[in-house]
Amino acid sequence: MLEYIIDGPLWYFSLAVFVIGVLWKLGSIIFAKRKADFSVARGSSVPGAIRTVLTRFIPDKGMFSEIKLQVFAGYSFHLGLFALVFFAAPHVKFFDEHMLGFSWVTMPHWAFIVAAQFAFLGLLLLWLHRMINPVSRLISTASDHVTTILTFVVMLTGCLALLESFSGLRLLHRFSVELFLIIFPFSSLMHAFTFVPSRALTGAWFGRRGIKS
Amino acid sequence: MSERLERGIEALRGQIDSKVDTFFSSCVHCGICAESCLFYTETEDPRYTPIYKTEPLRKVWKEEHTFWGKFSKKLGFSKSLTEDDLANWEELVYDGCTSCGRCSMVCPVGIDIADMIYRVKQGLEASGYSPQDLVGAADRTVEFGSPMGDLHPALQSHIKHIEADTGLTVPIDVEGADYMTTISANEVVLYPEYIAALTRIFHHAGVSWTISSEAFEATNAGLQLGDNKIATELVGRIAKAAEKLKVKAVVSPECGHAYAAIRWNGPNYLGKSYSFKVVHILELLDDLYREGRIKTSGMESAKLTFHDPCQLVRRGGVDAQPRELLGTVAENVIEMKDHGKMNWCCGGGGGVSAIERAADLRITVFNRKKSQLDGLDVKTMVTACSNCRTVLEDGLEANDMDIEVVGLTELIADHLVDDKAKPAAKTA
Repeated sequence: MLEYIIDGPLWYFSLAVFVIGVLWKLGSIIFAKRKADFSVARGSSVPGAIRTVLTRFIPDKGMFSEIKLQVFAGYSFHLGLFALVFFAAPHVKFFDEHMLGFSWVTMPHWAFIVAAQFAFLGLLLLWLHRMINPVSRLISTASDHVTTILTFVVMLTGCLALLESFSGLRLLHRFSVELFLIIFPFSSLMHAFTFVPSRALTGAWFGRRGIKS
Repeated sequence: MSERLERGIEALRGQIDSKVDTFFSSCVHCGICAESCLFYTETEDPRYTPIYKTEPLRKVWKEEHTFWGKFSKKLGFSKSLTEDDLANWEELVYDGCTSCGRCSMVCPVGIDIADMIYRVKQGLEASGYSPQDLVGAADRTVEFGSPMGDLHPALQSHIKHIEADTGLTVPIDVEGADYMTTISANEVVLYPEYIAALTRIFHHAGVSWTISSEAFEATNAGLQLGDNKIATELVGRIAKAAEKLKVKAVVSPECGHAYAAIRWNGPNYLGKSYSFKVVHILELLDDLYREGRIKTSGMESAKLTFHDPCQLVRRGGVDAQPRELLGTVAENVIEMKDHGKMNWCCGGGGGVSAIERAADLRITVFNRKKSQLDGLDVKTMVTACSNCRTVLEDGLEANDMDIEVVGLTELIADHLVDDKAKPAAKTA
């Protein structure tokens, strides 16, 4: 029964919530009415927007020594997770069989383990930083901690399910993913999508003033 | 709910648009913005973290624009904005933020935090939680024309002296002049030599210019206070005067926020484009130099450095002209480690220097500028904002640092070729 629900209706429900939620949010941003700017532009908004979307991946040189942990742990986590989600063999097989109907090259097992280590290390360091650093402690919200824990559970259950030796572990992982997808559009996890328009808006603002940001 | 809180929430509600929604949705509370803010780096007080200063706005946004916020409000366990919050955030937002915008340049998800903090000011001002010093400055500007009161007598006195010293005329209310120049209160009261420099440069370059007796004040106290109604009124006066005198352009003086107010915000306050151009004095001087209308001779040979006014360079886009102009009169410019669009704020912009209770904090955060200057071995720091100049001078004095602060326009004027209007140096 539980297997049926997790592999069936709950999966479709969570996918629907995720897709509709993300599209709704992005749509509300993209199609929002923008106030006209009556000032005379010095530069261009669009190139400014594109520039900032890309360049904010690179931390400011002058500040780098102060933010090394956030930068390394952040990239370690995000790149590791990206590799796991899109290039781990079990995931690619799932996408092929249950969603897309096609597959792509997957990473070898050893690379999977390395990616997982980076992802876990990054996540744990960032969470420790969030709990220990006075700034992060002050500004973090309950949502930040809940989503961190949920992400950790998804990754942990994924590792436990890796050997595919016990279907209960696979179900646990799938269930945690479904919970993740349901919470995603209603949490700061949405930054995964909204960071693009966020950077673009600021880049456009600076671009109009002729400043490379 | 008290009336003050209601007004504050209403004002904050009015500031929430798609941009604010996008920004708050993207913030992952990484804390990187803290390391870009001199109020945090020099005090290590996490409350000065830039994104933390937007908390009043975030609370209203969460409750009214997010699923969990609306859900928890309905069930009665939402952490709503309180009047205590507004009271507590007054100092963080007004004393502890100059809108320098360094945070906006480094946020990994691209939040324009400086803009968000300005929106918080709208809410604080509406609820009556803004510093009396700024409220007074705004009221004086509305009533008398300048944040320091009626400066007409002081300006007229300076003009008399300038005309006597230089033999030139300072044109007042000349219809059809090409440029109407505005001046900040700081320049009238503390640095009248700026007006003298303008007079000499414009004569040298053959510029047709004037000052409006009805609207010469460039400082926009409404912008500093976070009161868009007052900001609109003050910009409106300049626009009206420019239209009355039928000038081609309005010149913004050496004041960062004044430039922001008239150049970028003004048309949007008024809801329409101007019928005239707006240029910063440095943009005009640079154009005149390129046209060959300004000729200088001699170079400052001593080492000097340039402090970039935030609203002019980082937020204003006038980033090339200061150094190009400085390069025409100085041959030994030493750059601070973070210079240009990433230079550190003087610590007194956006109204902070006008808040008496913030004086100690200002001196404390000046340590960041001090650390930039240490090791540079310069005796002169050039800048292009009269407020930066005052703040830098205060900081240098408090730290017993023997560095002179000079305005760039005055430096240019001092090197004009064949400047018969230059007052002779007084001898003992």
